[in-house]
Amino acid sequence: MEPFVRLDAVAVPIGVPNIDTDQIIPARFLWRRRRDGWGHLLFHDLRFDDGGAPKPDFVLNRDAYREARIVVADRNFGCGSSREHAVWALYDYGVRAVVAPSFGDIFFNNSLQNGLLPVVLPAERVAALRAALEQSPGSRIAIDLEPQTVTGPDGVADRFEIDPFRKECLLAGTDDISFTLGHHDRIAAFEKAYEAGIRWL
Amino acid sequence: MPATLFDKIWSSHAIMARPDGATLLHIDRHFVHDGSGNAFRMLKEKGLAVRRPDRTFATPDHYVSTLSHDLASINEPHRRRVVEVLEANSKDAGLTLFGLSDRRQGIVHVVGPEQGLSQPGMVLVCGDSHTATHGAVGALAFGVGASEVAHVLATQTLWQRKPKNMRIVVEGTLSHGVGAKDVILAIIAQIGAAGGVGHVIEYAGSAIRALGIEGRLTICNMSIEAGARAGMVSPDDATFAYLHGRPYAPKGADWDAALAYWRSLPSDPDAQFDREVHLDAAEIAPMVTWGTSPEAAAPITARVPDPATAPDAARRDSIERALAYMDLKPGTPLAEIAIDRAFIGSCTNSRIEDLRAAAKVVDGRRAVIPAMVVPGSGLVKAQAEAEGLDAIFRRAGFEWREAGCSMCVGMNGDLVAPGERCASTSNRNFVGRQGKGARTHLMSPAMAAAAAVTGRLTDVRQLPTRP
Repeated sequence: MEPFVRLDAVAVPIGVPNIDTDQIIPARFLWRRRRDGWGHLLFHDLRFDDGGAPKPDFVLNRDAYREARIVVADRNFGCGSSREHAVWALYDYGVRAVVAPSFGDIFFNNSLQNGLLPVVLPAERVAALRAALEQSPGSRIAIDLEPQTVTGPDGVADRFEIDPFRKECLLAGTDDISFTLGHHDRIAAFEKAYEAGIRWL
Repeated sequence: MPATLFDKIWSSHAIMARPDGATLLHIDRHFVHDGSGNAFRMLKEKGLAVRRPDRTFATPDHYVSTLSHDLASINEPHRRRVVEVLEANSKDAGLTLFGLSDRRQGIVHVVGPEQGLSQPGMVLVCGDSHTATHGAVGALAFGVGASEVAHVLATQTLWQRKPKNMRIVVEGTLSHGVGAKDVILAIIAQIGAAGGVGHVIEYAGSAIRALGIEGRLTICNMSIEAGARAGMVSPDDATFAYLHGRPYAPKGADWDAALAYWRSLPSDPDAQFDREVHLDAAEIAPMVTWGTSPEAAAPITARVPDPATAPDAARRDSIERALAYMDLKPGTPLAEIAIDRAFIGSCTNSRIEDLRAAAKVVDGRRAVIPAMVVPGSGLVKAQAEAEGLDAIFRRAGFEWREAGCSMCVGMNGDLVAPGERCASTSNRNFVGRQGKGARTHLMSPAMAAAAAVTGRLTDVRQLPTRP
């Protein structure tokens, strides 16, 4: 996993609530492998018409947002299916952070496993950021993980909360499995005691 | 200190805590399916083996053909391949596989409870957001993504921050024609698609108790549609009776020991919940969705909402967008909406009681639109056939298929055509969920059956008595 330290990038506003993972990546593509690459499939049916041509009215297809690396979304972003492919599609497209008032729980966890930073800010602030981005398409947002700040196009910095362990993992680019395997003895001891009590498992 | 069912399961599975407050949880059961290939690949890339093959159970469901369970009948090579990969991974790791030729194969969330694999007090996970289903037997069950599946395969554990406790109490008696699906749609309509985010929901109250286990499975199944990763019901005599004698349920002296343990699990009477929601069962009518989020649900007696009366601009936009996609006009009575197709199946509503409820409506009538029934497992299918339900459906012009996820998500090719309107017993009415451009109306099996025989959304309570 690539470390996430600081990101200063064009941000794209997607002001629709409840953007589910079926919209981020339609189910018919899910048979593909992780390494096959997913960026060209991001928001596929919103982004492309039936003939495969980009829909000019979809925000990611507008020139000003082509270099976007940050999505500023609305409430409950990434709700629905547990498909991690939704994160892979965003990541492979180049998105490294999503700012929203709230996220689907599973999507939120999946993001952290892949070096994609989900940032929760108050709904009013997120709406103001989206409005600023719509007013000046192509504006940038800066996200600094160490001090936990998001600085909008207006220069105003907001602090966001993040689990300290997740923060460390993102800063270092490490994943959970190797950390957990380091606690093998405690896991094995727990299993032994647990299975002595729950014999019927 | 008084504790909830969730608190008790959490603390009995906590291996260790990190300084930041996350807990390493022991996982009792891990279910994998044909969408788990990427997680197995991650494991291989790290050179790791499956830590507990004895606790890991596999069945293909998302990509299987519902026309035939002959592997060769999966025409598309990429779909056939994911099913083959699951079989190979299961064999290599020594997992128990309920494969395509096994009558026990089915939708993973139907198979777990049916086999007695899902038991009170357990922590269960699966790489699928509808894993909450298993909470109906008094377990903590939640869906995870591919990286977390790989973590569980490698360690039989998972890091989690403890969610909050929420209780949804449904008191009273459900009216005739109203069932579990109507209850959960009414709940989601009330609290919203993000109403349960950050919480584990315990469903309680006399109406939930009266439902029986299959109805509780339907309720818990859609917890994720309310934003909650897990939903659960405290185990009771109905739970124990349901589990007794199932293949993987404890036997003999183990059964007695298990029962004593299970009886200690229900939430203590004075346990505290961070949030409580109350519904009156008598006020719940048969529900249908009109929009593109499960929270867009209303009683069948209602009308398509008017965006002009929305409380704020954001809500107005969202209703307008939904109505444009669904091609509906504000103010149209829901019961006048014409339907093109009906689907009865999915991990929400494909168990024997669902099929019985649908068959009761269908019996002696004819479907006037294409309609299909996809049982949740090979065993549900066999049971339905033993009861003659398949004959009722076939006589009425329904297709009778093999078990799988099918048209709920369309990954096997069972799709709703662009622009078509489907009465569906599944769990998501998202844009494009059942196929590109497909328009989904969620409802109960009885309501989907009623829609199939009338060709429009129909209040099942209003169907004329048969001659």
